[in-house]
Amino acid sequence: MQPTTRQFTQNARDALANASLQSALGKMETGFVANRATAAARLPEFEALRDQARDIKNHTLENLDFYLETFEANVIASGGVVHWAATAEDARRTVLDICRSVDAKTVTKGKSMIAEEIGLNEYLEANDIEPVETDLGEYIIQLRHESPSHIIAPAIHVVKNQVIETFRESHPQFDPDRSLEEPRELLDEARSVLRQRFLDADVGITGANFLIAETGSTVIVTNEGNGDLTQTLPKIHVVVASLEKVVPTLEDASAILRVLARSATGQEYSSYTTFSNGPRRAEDPDGPEQFHVVLLDNGRSALLGTESQEVLRCIRCGACMNHCPVYGAIGGHAYGWVYPGPIGSVITPTLIGVDEARHLPNASTFCGRCEQVCPMRIPLPKLMRHHREKAFEEKLTPATERAGLGVWAFLARRPALYRLATGMAMRVLGAFGRRRGKFSRLPGAGGWTAHRDFPAPQGRTFQQQWSTRGGRRNAGQ
Amino acid sequence: METESSERADVALFVTCLVDLFRPSVGFAAVALLERAGCTVAVPELQTCCGQPAFNSGDRADARAIAAQVIDAFEGYDYVVAPSGSCAGMIVKHYPDLFADDPVMAARARDLSGRMHELVSFLVDVRGVQDVAAACDGIATYHDSCSGLRELGIKAQPRALLEKVAGLSLVELPGAERCCGFGGSFCVKYPEISNSMVGNKATDVDMTGADMLLAGDLGCLMNMAGKLSRVGSKVRVRHVAEVLAGMTGDAAIGEGQD
Repeated sequence: MQPTTRQFTQNARDALANASLQSALGKMETGFVANRATAAARLPEFEALRDQARDIKNHTLENLDFYLETFEANVIASGGVVHWAATAEDARRTVLDICRSVDAKTVTKGKSMIAEEIGLNEYLEANDIEPVETDLGEYIIQLRHESPSHIIAPAIHVVKNQVIETFRESHPQFDPDRSLEEPRELLDEARSVLRQRFLDADVGITGANFLIAETGSTVIVTNEGNGDLTQTLPKIHVVVASLEKVVPTLEDASAILRVLARSATGQEYSSYTTFSNGPRRAEDPDGPEQFHVVLLDNGRSALLGTESQEVLRCIRCGACMNHCPVYGAIGGHAYGWVYPGPIGSVITPTLIGVDEARHLPNASTFCGRCEQVCPMRIPLPKLMRHHREKAFEEKLTPATERAGLGVWAFLARRPALYRLATGMAMRVLGAFGRRRGKFSRLPGAGGWTAHRDFPAPQGRTFQQQWSTRGGRRNAGQ
Repeated sequence: METESSERADVALFVTCLVDLFRPSVGFAAVALLERAGCTVAVPELQTCCGQPAFNSGDRADARAIAAQVIDAFEGYDYVVAPSGSCAGMIVKHYPDLFADDPVMAARARDLSGRMHELVSFLVDVRGVQDVAAACDGIATYHDSCSGLRELGIKAQPRALLEKVAGLSLVELPGAERCCGFGGSFCVKYPEISNSMVGNKATDVDMTGADMLLAGDLGCLMNMAGKLSRVGSKVRVRHVAEVLAGMTGDAAIGEGQD
């Protein structure tokens, strides 16, 4: 996917001016946020489970090579194939080769962020293979030629009327006067279109929420059952997953599953949790004839042993974006790449470069709500701060900001000079502003006063007044 | 003032740069509250700022230098108290990390971290204050500033004290835990996004019917006061310490003086 993170500021402005997007985002607090709170409150051991989930993933990351090799051996033992893909290009090519081996015309896809990351749809289309998204949200945005704006609710930015419009345009086979006002009618229409697509597909591609080392299983969670049809009906099932998805055992996967749906949608479990273990066996009534796992690295192994390693615990629940006030204001597309919200602000710079994605870790108030709800206890603000440090070290921070910061830091380290300078400044500002109590315009503070008044200082600083009063300065005085 | 702790404590006030420069009355309110809670208060001369602007801008070197200066300035007091969850959170949570590679400084940072408190939580949690015996007529609503809330767990303490203020009724602010969009330099680096956040906050505040908005951090207060003023709201904005100290004689934040 071509990033537009450099234009983050403009993207954000566009998003703020987009009325239907704003209306769609307005529903997040009453939906996802309220549901998560209820689900978490109903489970007394929720906090302990988060610790357990974090520990499982930390242990796995410390021994990632071992668990990946174990996973591979067990996939092979159950009749499947593992393909190691160092880059997005390797992964795309591997998937294409598999599709070509059966002369595939269409492939169905369950929702997969990794497929978005490697730009799989565009690549398959360019090679004359038609990819069909089968998750309802993904299907809608595929018809609209958009990318997901959220990792679990890809079409969260789309309002109902836009879906109706899209379906009328894209489904000319139906009565143009049909009613589509009810969500049920939209769902039924999508279902009837997709049913034939499932049957026609030569290859089914899904992502994976987990890879289980001890069994060689892959796991997907969905609420629509589309993932099951994607992976059981075609001749070939291809799982595209990044390597940090591995966990040691079935028990470990179950433990993390308990925090996943609760954090994501507020459900105790998603409607479907599907474990896949190799291709169809002789005695199986259905299932694919071939089972392939494409294991994508794409820069992740380079994060091991660095301060960013903790981001590899992410289980893609989306809780951080649901709770982020910045995401809530601008939506996911403004972030300009595959992963939006706080997790995107941490992961995107690691994958496409701090330079390319410099805005993302800066566009946060560090309010900490993302970390508060992250089921894997990823310290998202801290990791964003690491990116800011890197950008500062590499002098990517804008010159005006560096200069301002430099002057401030110079003064802050010289208390006497600091007090002289700030004391005079506040006196002047206070004298000009005291009568009205605020400034509606202030030289050099346009970023503030464009939208807000700037409260005037009271006048003499606290330190000046304390000195005048002969206030106590030292311990034991 | 009703308090459980009778032992005197030697307290240093970390006045915070915004309070020092923009709203000294909050500093005096803090001093009054601490003295009434049986503390002897000093204001060390060497303090300027906690270093958070540098820290959050990625300028770790300056953040460390300023942190070291703060650690020096506040040596030798039983407690250090700041009328700000954000600055207190910086010192409590981040100073020890800043010196992770320097055992001597890290130990000193941890020592300061253990003595450092936000004003209202210090009064309630450390000094056992249950009632500040203040009076203030009006309807107030309270915004939970992010750092105080999430780094230091400040939520119940200000409400407990405000509920005892004679003449004051407290209404809950919907979305009280949602960021106001200040975020230090965030508000000027991404003014449109910040405006959207503080605009929603101003709407929520106005909807409560309160005539006063309180919070524990001057950054958030100036942001919200500036927006409320811009949209023509009549809600007056104050630091919670001013109300608790019964010092509401000064003009509210952003309000004219004559």
